[in-house]
Amino acid sequence: MGEPSTLSSPGSPPPGSPSSGSHGEAPYAGGRTSLTDAFRALELDTRLLGMIGALAVIWIGFDVMTGGAFLTPRNLWNLSVQAASVAVMATGMVLVIVTRNIDLSVGSILGFTGMVVGVFQARVLPELWGFDHPLTWVAAVAAGVAVGGAVGLLQGAVIAYLGVSSFIVTLGGLLVWRGAAWWVTTGQTVAPMDGLFKRLGGGFEGAIGAGPSWAVGVAAILLAVAAIMVTRRRRAGFGFPVRPLWAEGVVILLIAAAIVGAVMVVNSYPLPAPVVRRMMEAQGAIGDGALPVITHGFAIPVLIALAVGVAVTFLSSRTRFGRYVFAIGGNPEAAELSGINTRRVLMLVFGLMGALCGLSACIATARLNAATNANGTLDELYVIAAAIIGGTSLAGGVGTIHGAMLGALVMQSLQSGMVLLGVDAPMQNIVVGIVLVAAVYIDTLYRKGIK
Amino acid sequence: MTHLGMAPAGSHPDVPVPLVEMREVSIAFGGIKAVDNVSIDLYPGEVVGLLGHNGAGKSTLIKILSGAYAADHGEIRVNGEPVHIASPRDAKRCGIETIYQTLALADNVDAAANIFLGREKLTRWGTLDDHAMEAEARKVMGRLNPHFRRFKEPVKALSGGQRQSVAIARAIHFDARVLIMDEPTAALGPAETRQVGELVRQLKQEGIGIFLISHDIHDVFDLADRIHVMKNGMLVGTAVVADVTKDEVLGMIILGKCPPAAIPGPGAAI
Repeated sequence: MGEPSTLSSPGSPPPGSPSSGSHGEAPYAGGRTSLTDAFRALELDTRLLGMIGALAVIWIGFDVMTGGAFLTPRNLWNLSVQAASVAVMATGMVLVIVTRNIDLSVGSILGFTGMVVGVFQARVLPELWGFDHPLTWVAAVAAGVAVGGAVGLLQGAVIAYLGVSSFIVTLGGLLVWRGAAWWVTTGQTVAPMDGLFKRLGGGFEGAIGAGPSWAVGVAAILLAVAAIMVTRRRRAGFGFPVRPLWAEGVVILLIAAAIVGAVMVVNSYPLPAPVVRRMMEAQGAIGDGALPVITHGFAIPVLIALAVGVAVTFLSSRTRFGRYVFAIGGNPEAAELSGINTRRVLMLVFGLMGALCGLSACIATARLNAATNANGTLDELYVIAAAIIGGTSLAGGVGTIHGAMLGALVMQSLQSGMVLLGVDAPMQNIVVGIVLVAAVYIDTLYRKGIK
Repeated sequence: MTHLGMAPAGSHPDVPVPLVEMREVSIAFGGIKAVDNVSIDLYPGEVVGLLGHNGAGKSTLIKILSGAYAADHGEIRVNGEPVHIASPRDAKRCGIETIYQTLALADNVDAAANIFLGREKLTRWGTLDDHAMEAEARKVMGRLNPHFRRFKEPVKALSGGQRQSVAIARAIHFDARVLIMDEPTAALGPAETRQVGELVRQLKQEGIGIFLISHDIHDVFDLADRIHVMKNGMLVGTAVVADVTKDEVLGMIILGKCPPAAIPGPGAAI
């Protein structure tokens, strides 16, 4: 092609340098110091800020209403553990809904894979290599993820290749897999779980302690800083506009403060005294003096959920697969015409959803210390609600993983808060239902606002 | 066999082999023959207009060439070699790029993501190289629409002309040899239409062959060297634009009547 200027419309100024933006791309010219400009330079996600604000209102509101019983390390710790299983599944549900589909079967897949995982570790593996083998929990988790993934791929294949709507396929799946869960043991509960496996569900054995929690926190901060700096250098290398240095500093400080805050909260929830005494006795270090204070630190299920969140965020924003998921949601025909194998992508999305159900089944089963065929009942509704509250659009094409995880936290906060307030279960359902509808309505207003 | 589009004298004497040839192509949907035994061709550096009413079958014919539909019968040749085009990916591999009437953009992602959709640039770790893609997008968009700056916004936030630029950028960025433009100016204002016209002339000089699908006969007379006219799924005839008048072409479109200067096809009214 010839000279660039041949296509410029008559009377318009000549093409300028890449960052001399006329509109759309905010120039961060020096000398401007107004507060709104400074705020804009941070490039914060206003939607995310809104959600964090809503969560803060809920937390402070419950804290006031319960006379300070809500914002305690103990309650926050338990809250996060209870939200972990739904949060893991919500990350997958975002991708499902982004492709304009739905998965109603996640609770039943959780129930089915939970039974498989329970039977596998409590009956099959002990026959192979005896009880309390150090790798039992690894094999059990692998089995859960594999079975869940296979179930998801099967449903995905029917949806993508046979063209049956996902609503119908997964509605069928909701019945099929719940029934299958019963068939695994003809309804018997399997308990207890392997000792190491149980840690995946939290509890005091399932917390990593104060020192490792600091290590995790510091590692997370270093990773975030590295990611921000690498992106900045890449953008600068291409001559693209970058955030001013002070803004990068503020963003890093905000991230670091959040992580340090989280570590401090989990590190100020002490283990109960009898547990500490038993630990001392086990180490043969029992004295008559005061027991030392040992704190929980991060719960393993919460770390699993956070790791899944990071992994699925990476998958959705940094890989071809993720790009195709969003492109399919934005315009399925365009995705097809640009040569994307849309059916394969769709099948894999459901496969991923199933695998995440398998992982959640491990968390839920470990937390109960039992595999029951009713495990995960109604979870599909909580998972979908978490994704929707987190800003995933049912019209497809729009949604974030961190939003869905925050959505799971919002829902669990509402439930925990109401339990603390002594609200009865029926009333809890009414409140959660109203909040779901209100959240979607507010989101609709927000989207109209930014158009 | 009737090879209708024999090279017209003078336009490309050195290149006897057509860039693209569709021979006796047919496709039916539920018993209705949307394209019936149509043969068309295109030479390097040539703009060929494909004319006809709505429902004449021109978009369907072109979707066969771009891999969106599979023909029931017929053959496609690229540079004289028979090729099998079963998917959009196959067509792109043959150097055939399409700008659809609907633009076929994923509205929720940005310009660079659309330009590289299905052909993303990857880093050495196999992850998306969004920065490299944005850099290339800035280059190609700079040629088409020098004032475009909204690289970070989803394309649904862009104006009609800007969206058109993104769709064109996607087609020309990957060294297309054949460009299919389906109603490229239908949604554009006069200034943007002029820009598309200039682009067509520029691409033609680079030796790219262009199929221009339009029901605006003035557009086609301005830009095309030859025309194929379709009616009711059949080819009415083929003509060199310089040899026919607009009225004669209108007669081909509306009545299926082939003027003496045109080569009649199977769909010509007798």
